[in-house]
Amino acid sequence: MKKTLFDKIWEAHVVDSIPNGPDILYIDKHLIHEVTSPQAFNELKERKIPVLRPDQIVATADHNTPTQNQHLPIKDVLSRNQLKQLSQNCADNNITLYGLGHPNNGIVHVIAPELGITQPGMTIVCGDSHTSTHGAFGTIAFGIGTSQVSQVFASQCLLVEKPKNLRVNVSGKLKKGVLPKDVILYIISKLGTNSGTGYFCEYAGNVFEEMSMEGRMTVCNMSIEMGARGGLIAPDETTFEYVKGKEFAPKGERFNRLKAYWETLKTDQGAKFDQEYFIDAEEIEPMITYGTNPGMGIKITGSIPLNGGKSAEKALKYMGFKAGESLLEKPINYIFIGSCTNSRIEDFRTVAAYIKGKKKAANVNALIVPGSQQVLAQIEAEGLKTIFEEAGFTLRQPGCSACLAMNDDKIPEGEYCVSTSNRNFEGRQGRGARTILASPLTAAATAIAGKLTDFTKHLN
Amino acid sequence: MEKFITLTDTAVPLEIENIDTDQIIPARFLKVTDKAGFGDNLFRDWRFDQNGNPNKDFGLNNQKYKGSILVTGDNFGCGSSREHAAWALKAYGFKVIVSSYFADIFKGNALNNGLLPVQVSPGFLKKLFRLIDENPSAEIKTDLENQKIEILSTGESEKFDIDPYKKTCLINGFDDIDYLVSKIDSIKKFEEKNRKNESTPSAFI
Repeated sequence: MKKTLFDKIWEAHVVDSIPNGPDILYIDKHLIHEVTSPQAFNELKERKIPVLRPDQIVATADHNTPTQNQHLPIKDVLSRNQLKQLSQNCADNNITLYGLGHPNNGIVHVIAPELGITQPGMTIVCGDSHTSTHGAFGTIAFGIGTSQVSQVFASQCLLVEKPKNLRVNVSGKLKKGVLPKDVILYIISKLGTNSGTGYFCEYAGNVFEEMSMEGRMTVCNMSIEMGARGGLIAPDETTFEYVKGKEFAPKGERFNRLKAYWETLKTDQGAKFDQEYFIDAEEIEPMITYGTNPGMGIKITGSIPLNGGKSAEKALKYMGFKAGESLLEKPINYIFIGSCTNSRIEDFRTVAAYIKGKKKAANVNALIVPGSQQVLAQIEAEGLKTIFEEAGFTLRQPGCSACLAMNDDKIPEGEYCVSTSNRNFEGRQGRGARTILASPLTAAATAIAGKLTDFTKHLN
Repeated sequence: MEKFITLTDTAVPLEIENIDTDQIIPARFLKVTDKAGFGDNLFRDWRFDQNGNPNKDFGLNNQKYKGSILVTGDNFGCGSSREHAAWALKAYGFKVIVSSYFADIFKGNALNNGLLPVQVSPGFLKKLFRLIDENPSAEIKTDLENQKIEILSTGESEKFDIDPYKKTCLINGFDDIDYLVSKIDSIKKFEEKNRKNESTPSAFI
């Protein structure tokens, strides 16, 4: 029987199956954060159930943390209390916590890969829908609710129905100025926000094979935005090179033994997918969104589709746009470069390369929020900080920040923000804020121009 | 968990597609460490204006509509995995959500909280919206045992799917933790077997 990559990893983790029901799926790594874990710890405490495998859990503080003065006590009482609760819960249950200020602290989906916690062939869950990010390593990684967080605490397992197999192939040569973010925004705009519901999506084709790990993470990160439970890419030399030498990666002989296993993790030729799509890389151009879900995307040089129906009307009203309109020359006052989608070192190198020697437009407020302390340290070590400062960008401390605006990093009502994050939902970046999703390069170019432009004309 | 067997009630319509969990409960209300009080902030930014006054145009604020069934547009519950969305709907008083499509994580979260997601055909959904519009006091019966949703006044009905395991859980008020904890021995055996397997080393040794 020919198997998909997803089938192989799934089957290796099935403890047992309930007849006509879900599988008991073993979870290798459980990542937790302050927002979706407290009620799960409470549940366990009430039922007097211990955490079964604390050494397979890693915690970080990221969603609800300030991006300035992280050494000072947090002003917001509720946020402070939530972080205190996380520390207490981790201490009580012997769980490793990379709290605020720790050199390993950062956004959960940025730190686990950079610390080598994420490895091919694993099952990884977290109470966060963007857990799909880790699929970039050839893992089955997906977001779960708080009840499921408590289930994994109690049993290191989950009861889940096996999703169906979906494959998206992108082949050919990407155009100049097209980043992994554009690739995934294009895919979602083509397939729609619920095209992946019920599926796990494998990304295949030379475009993903040639992509860096950072790029693959950006792509897999947004799998959930087309409704897929997760996305994954077969591990290869790029993956093994990235993992090798990381703090928690296997070392020496053990690394070689695991690598031999990881090399078997690919879809068999002729394996069947329940659904499959083929996309020509040359069709893809830098993308922006115009509406209030990530599927409402167009080429930056394109125009907003006509006849989008009732949903589109509501979205356009919120965004202050008209059907048929081009968004080129639209003034933009806010830029956010960060989030678990685009806050890795490669993203900031791209931004720095574009803005070096330039200045942001006077109307623009450009916020750069690295994904982790390690990324921040790299930004400083590589001299990118100076480039950002000279261009008038504001560099902050790591966290989820304006992606979901739980902290003070909010976009004011009615303002547009070109954002490298993953969701353009109403109010996502602050009540009444209008989000335009884009790649780090598009965000950088918009910051310099002060408006949306066809920047590809000026690329070397 | 609270049991769910059948429910007959009136419904509140919310004819909007792709309602994401950020709308159901905005992120700024996720700073708490317990499950209390989420009902007050359900659909907060649609229900209330900046000053906290009810927005008259919003379905939930329309005195015409009452009941513990929410009938809503396609792809309900997409976006963030926050279970707070299911807690908010439950705390507000909803027991059944009807849509033509549910996002995966939300569906699981709802089921884990005794909130029944009923997926119907787009045609039946349209029929329900029309019915509620014409007669807000029309009663709708959700019968989990027979997996059937019925408009009582006309007798029109449709069958709906649910995972048989989840159905048993809801009818009996069981949850997954009880089941998984009863399986700890086989889980430990699975771990042991994988630790010993040298030919295909599992990632977690």
